[in-house]
Amino acid sequence: MLEALSYEFIQNALIAGLLVSMASGIIGSLIVVNRMVFLAGGIAHTAYGGIGIAVFFGFPIFLGASIFAVFAALIIAFITLNHRNRMDTFIGLMWAVGMALGVVLIDLTPGYNVDLMSYLFGSILAVSHEDILYMGGLLALIVTIMTFWYRDILAVSYDSEYAALRGINVKFFYTLILVLSALTVVVAIKVVGLILVIALLTIPVYVAEKLSNTLYMMMILSAIFSSLFTLLGLWFSYTFNIASGASIILISALSLFIFLLYNRLRLK
Amino acid sequence: MPIIQIKNLSFAYDKQKILEDINLDIEENDFLAIIGPNGGGKSTLLKLILGINPVQQGSIKTFGEKPQKNLSKIGYVPQNTNVNTDFPIKVIEVVLMGHIGTKQPLFGYAKEEILCAMGALAQVGMEEFAQKKIGDLSGGQRQRVMIARALCAHPKILILDEPTSSVDIDGQKKIYKLLELLNKTITIIVVSHDISVVLEYANKIIHINKQLIYHHLTDKEKSKLNDNGHFCEVELFNILKKESLC
Repeated sequence: MLEALSYEFIQNALIAGLLVSMASGIIGSLIVVNRMVFLAGGIAHTAYGGIGIAVFFGFPIFLGASIFAVFAALIIAFITLNHRNRMDTFIGLMWAVGMALGVVLIDLTPGYNVDLMSYLFGSILAVSHEDILYMGGLLALIVTIMTFWYRDILAVSYDSEYAALRGINVKFFYTLILVLSALTVVVAIKVVGLILVIALLTIPVYVAEKLSNTLYMMMILSAIFSSLFTLLGLWFSYTFNIASGASIILISALSLFIFLLYNRLRLK
Repeated sequence: MPIIQIKNLSFAYDKQKILEDINLDIEENDFLAIIGPNGGGKSTLLKLILGINPVQQGSIKTFGEKPQKNLSKIGYVPQNTNVNTDFPIKVIEVVLMGHIGTKQPLFGYAKEEILCAMGALAQVGMEEFAQKKIGDLSGGQRQRVMIARALCAHPKILILDEPTSSVDIDGQKKIYKLLELLNKTITIIVVSHDISVVLEYANKIIHINKQLIYHHLTDKEKSKLNDNGHFCEVELFNILKKESLC
């Protein structure tokens, strides 16, 4: 195990795993308390269209996916804020169309085709130095926003009607949360893949929610749990030579199960 | 001058009239109860006073100006406080939300803000719960926390939408006793179904069902009503209607 740490790609994988875990712990908390899990799922799958565009036109995948995901987040924000009763239909539609667009564009790309599976289930061992810089930048952005606008975001998440009454721009902060979710989803795709993104954004968060009295406590705990699950998952993946994304999710789910069992027994 | 002045106010969603030609003056230190059937326009009227809904016809003036200008002088306690009880938030943090819209430190909470929030909690008798998670409280306790949040902004008017709809009898009494105490310095407007409770504390009652029936209760009438022990909505409406005829 120790000699593995000397490989650069393993080091990169560990750093990327930690950065993404912290980002998804913080943003996952916001997604869960705002009941946006389905929305985040929609963004993740729509982002695949962005991956297709990036591959087809030959520009960086992160850039393509991010721009496309942010665009999807803006549309979803607009729909949820203005046509709430039609929200599920439109998100389901974007979900499917984004995926279809990605598949078609990757098919049309001449020459060697990137492996579809690596985006569906993650490819953390293929993380580059630039990817890590991008992830670090995103985490810094999230921490900065949460530090300075914590009270506004808390008020909008807890009681948006009251927040609006006190003059907070609820639509702006709601959209901001969705845009940050979109950016986080894109980097999480690298680690666990877009199909498993939702699990990374919700399982550690759910455990943290039960143990927290405050939103920032929940964010910190989620980030810690998420990091632990990711490191354990990577270790399993390396030791038993199995897919990293799926191991991370299974480790998380197993931990959640043990946590719920422990909680049940303790209450008895 | 009345602190809230409503003149010839009408309001419609799409083409359906919700409020028609409402005229109402609310004086300082009034305790106004708004009753009426569901869908009769009570909440719409509150939303107009709070500046959430735009005025379509007629006028509303709070403190002699447009409602949007004086939002900071009005405290609002929303109807249902039993939603989102899983939310990880402490009682004190909920109360601190009352400071939104005033000058705040770059991040975190200022010492004065926390002192003020604790003061508001003390006013509603909830200071020992400050560090508890909001979801761990009972419906009545949560309602008092929401009142504390509204008080945090030092309002001149306190508006409550069905404050006791999900509170047990004991909790209801406590909330109305609290409102009675607050009424010494603050004007109170409360939308309620609990007519018998409201009558004990309110000095003005209006009944809204598209149109408004206004009634100023004298002590004699109050005691007459209370002698019955209980009375139903119909009886009360009959009294109110009689009054509006003369």
